Amino acid sequence: MSYPISMKENIKTLESTRDERLKEKIPRLSLEEREKLIRSYHPQHRDGAQRKLKVGINKGELIPNEIADLFEAKSRIDPDKIDLNNPDYSVDVLVIGGGGGGASAALLAQETGAHVLLITKLRFGDSNTIMSEGGVQAAVDEQDSPLLHYLDTMGGGGFTNIPGLVRTLVRDAPEVLKWLLDLGVMFDRTPDERNILSSFAGGQCRRRVHSCADYSGLDMMRILRDETYNRGIEVIEFIPAIELILDDSGSCSGALTLDLETNKKFLIKAKTVILATGGSGRLHFQGFPTTNHYGATGDGLVIANRIGARIIFLDAIQFHPTGTLYPEHILGLLVTEAFRGWGAHLVNSEGKRFINELEKRDITAPAVIREVVWKKKAIYSPTGREGVWLDTPLVEIINGQGTINRIFPHLKHRFQGFGIDITKEPILVYPTIHYQNGGILIDERGESSVKGLYVAGEASGGVHGRNRLGGNSLLDIFVFGRRAGKYAALRAKEKKVGKLTLQCVNDYERELSEAGVLKDIASPGILPDYRYERTISGIYR
Amino acid sequence: MQEKLSTNNTVLLYIFGKKYEVPSTLTIQKAMEYAGYRFIRNCGCRGGVCGACLTMYRIRGDYRLYNVLACQASVEPGMEITQIPFIPLRKAIYDIRNIGNLMEALNIYYPEVLRCLSCNTCTKSCPQDIIVMESIQAAIKGDFKKASEISFPCVMCGACAARCPAEISPQNVTLFVRRLYVTHALSVPGNLSSMVKEIAQGKFDPMLDELVKLDLTRLKEIYLKREQEPLEAGRWEPQERDFPANLLK
Repeated sequence: MSYPISMKENIKTLESTRDERLKEKIPRLSLEEREKLIRSYHPQHRDGAQRKLKVGINKGELIPNEIADLFEAKSRIDPDKIDLNNPDYSVDVLVIGGGGGGASAALLAQETGAHVLLITKLRFGDSNTIMSEGGVQAAVDEQDSPLLHYLDTMGGGGFTNIPGLVRTLVRDAPEVLKWLLDLGVMFDRTPDERNILSSFAGGQCRRRVHSCADYSGLDMMRILRDETYNRGIEVIEFIPAIELILDDSGSCSGALTLDLETNKKFLIKAKTVILATGGSGRLHFQGFPTTNHYGATGDGLVIANRIGARIIFLDAIQFHPTGTLYPEHILGLLVTEAFRGWGAHLVNSEGKRFINELEKRDITAPAVIREVVWKKKAIYSPTGREGVWLDTPLVEIINGQGTINRIFPHLKHRFQGFGIDITKEPILVYPTIHYQNGGILIDERGESSVKGLYVAGEASGGVHGRNRLGGNSLLDIFVFGRRAGKYAALRAKEKKVGKLTLQCVNDYERELSEAGVLKDIASPGILPDYRYERTISGIYR
Repeated sequence: MQEKLSTNNTVLLYIFGKKYEVPSTLTIQKAMEYAGYRFIRNCGCRGGVCGACLTMYRIRGDYRLYNVLACQASVEPGMEITQIPFIPLRKAIYDIRNIGNLMEALNIYYPEVLRCLSCNTCTKSCPQDIIVMESIQAAIKGDFKKASEISFPCVMCGACAARCPAEISPQNVTLFVRRLYVTHALSVPGNLSSMVKEIAQGKFDPMLDELVKLDLTRLKEIYLKREQEPLEAGRWEPQERDFPANLLK
C-alpha cells in the first residue's frame, strides 16, 4: 500500500514548487489578524457547539455540548446505598490518574513523607503523556530566558493565561528538566553531546523544545513508572474513580472507584486527593477524530464539578493542525509540530503555502480549515477526506539526509508500515482534537477551589489560557504534578478527616432535575464505545 | 473449496479462531471493534507507543508467527489473531542515585542476561523492529551507549520477554541500561546546568514579578517586540541581548 495514483499526481505539483517555496518568507500574522482567523474558522466558534451550564458551582460557564451532556448526567451510583464507614483503603494522598502528572505527583508526595496510593483507569502509563512526540519546553540556552518563555506562553494563550501560573511554569521549567535528566530521561543532545538540543515549536521566538527523538513522552513515562515501582508506591490499575468524596468540613477526602474487570466498587479514604485524569479528546467534539489515548473521556472534570470545583476555559478545545488523514487506518493520529519546527511546509492542492508554519496551533488549525473548506484547495483521499500536505521530505532537504530517521523514527516507522516513505513523500493532514486547554482551575500549589483537591496536568486549567503552546503540556504535567504532590502531602500532615459524605452528589442531581436538564445517561463516561458501525462512521455517540 | 478471503472492500479474518468479515481499511484494533469487541485491556494509546495491544497472528497456510501492535497494523485476508493482555516480567528494584559500579550493576540487578543464547528470537518478535538481541549483547559487553541507542524505541509490550528461551525480560533490562547510561555515563548538559543555577540564585525573579504585574496593553507591546530566532541552523545572536529586561524598569 502506498499513495493512490490520484494523490501521487498531486505530489508532483507539490514537488514542482519546492524551490520556490523555500525562498518564500511568510510573515507572522498581527494580533488582529490572529483574532479574526480564530473567530471565523476555528471549530470552537461554530454556532451551537457549546452551551451554558444551568446549575452547580459552574453555572453560566460556556462549555462544549459533549462535556455538558456528561455534567448533566446521573451519577453511576446511588449515594444512599454506599457504606462510607468502612473504607477498603486508607491513605494520606490518593493520586487518581497514571500519566505523567499522576506519576510525578505520586513521587513527590512520597518524597514529602506521605503514604501514597496511585489508581488509574487503564494501565499505569496509558495516557496522553506517553503519546507526546514533540517534547518539553524549558529556556536553557544562552540567547533564551524564562522571561521570553513567559512572553511566548502568554501570547500563545491570547493573553488570557493566569499570570501567576505562567510565572511558576517558566521558572520551574529548567529544574523540572534536570529532575527528568537525573532520573535518566534520554534527551537529544547537540552533536558534541555537551548540551541538550533545542528545537522549535509554534509560537516560540527561540528554540526551546527538548525532545527524545519523537518518543519524548514515552521515555519520560516509562522512566517515571519504573521509578514509582522502585520506590515501592502502590499502584492499582483498571479502577477509575467514579465519584469524589468530601468530609463534613467540605474537604476532599477520597474517592469511590469501580474495578472495570470485576465490577466491584472500592472506597478509598485519603487525607488529600490529586486528580490527574487528563483530557477529553475521546468525546470527539463535533465528530472530529482525536490524537488522544483511549481513556481521555474527561472523567475527572465530571466528578470534580459535582463536588463544586470551579472550571476555567473549558470551551477552548485545541485542534492540532496536523492529524493524519491518510491512510484511513490511522486517521487523526498526531504528526508532531516538530516537523514544521525542522522546516516542513503546509501545502495546498496548488502546491502553495498559506500560513507561516510556526504560527501557534489555534492559528494554524483554522488556517488549514479555511484552505480546505472555504477556499476549496484540498487534496482528496480515496475515501473523499479532504486535507493539505505536510511536506516532510523538506526536513531532509534542509537539514540533510538521515535527519528524519534520527529525529522522527516513530513517525517514519508508522508510515513505513503502510508503504509510505516520509523521507520522500509528504503526509496528508487535517486538524484533529488534541488538547483540552482549560480544565479545573488551580492555584500555584495545584489546589482547586475545593479544599484538599489538587489537580495536575491536562485536567487542570488556567496556565495555558485559551491555547497551549507545543511543548508546554509535557512541562505543565511535571511542574504542577510535582507541586500538587508536594503540597498535597504537606496538607495531609496536618489534616484530620471528618465524616465522609456523598451528599453533594445527591444535591447536584436534584438541582439538575429541578432545572429540567437531567439526562438519562450515567457519567463519568469511563471508556468510549467504538463497536460495530461506529468504527467506520465517525459518529461516536 | 477454497474460501474467498477478500472482496474489493472487505477481508475475512479470524479473531480467537472465529471468522469475521471486516472493511479492509481498518487496523486490527478497529477491526475487532467493528466485530463487536469493546476493549478494557489490550487498548491504550491507539497510537503505537504504549504497548497495550500486543497481537500475534498467523496467516492461514503460512507457518510464520507475527507480532504486531493492533493499533498500527492493517488487517490482511486470512489473519488468525490473538491478543495478550498481560505478560509477567521480572523487574529489579534499584536506587538510581546509588548504583555503585556501572559495569557490575547489570550483573547485580539483572544477572539472568548472561543466559542470553543469542538466538535472536527477541529481535524477530519485536513489533517495533528493534534489534533486541544486539542491544542485550551490547549491554553484556558493557557498551551501554550502543545498548541504549538500539533499544530506545521500545514500547515495553513484552513480546520479546514472552518468547525469550532464556527467560530474560529485555524491556526492563534495557530500560535499566538506558537510565544508567544517561545518569552515569553522559556528561551533565552545560546549557541546562547554568540556567538551573541562575534561576536558583533568583536572577529572573524581579523581572518575572514585573512581567506578572504588567497591564495587558503593555504586555502585548513587549510581546510584539520579540526578536525571532531564524529557522535556519547555526550560531545566532539577538540584537538586544537583555530583552525584555531592558523594558521592565
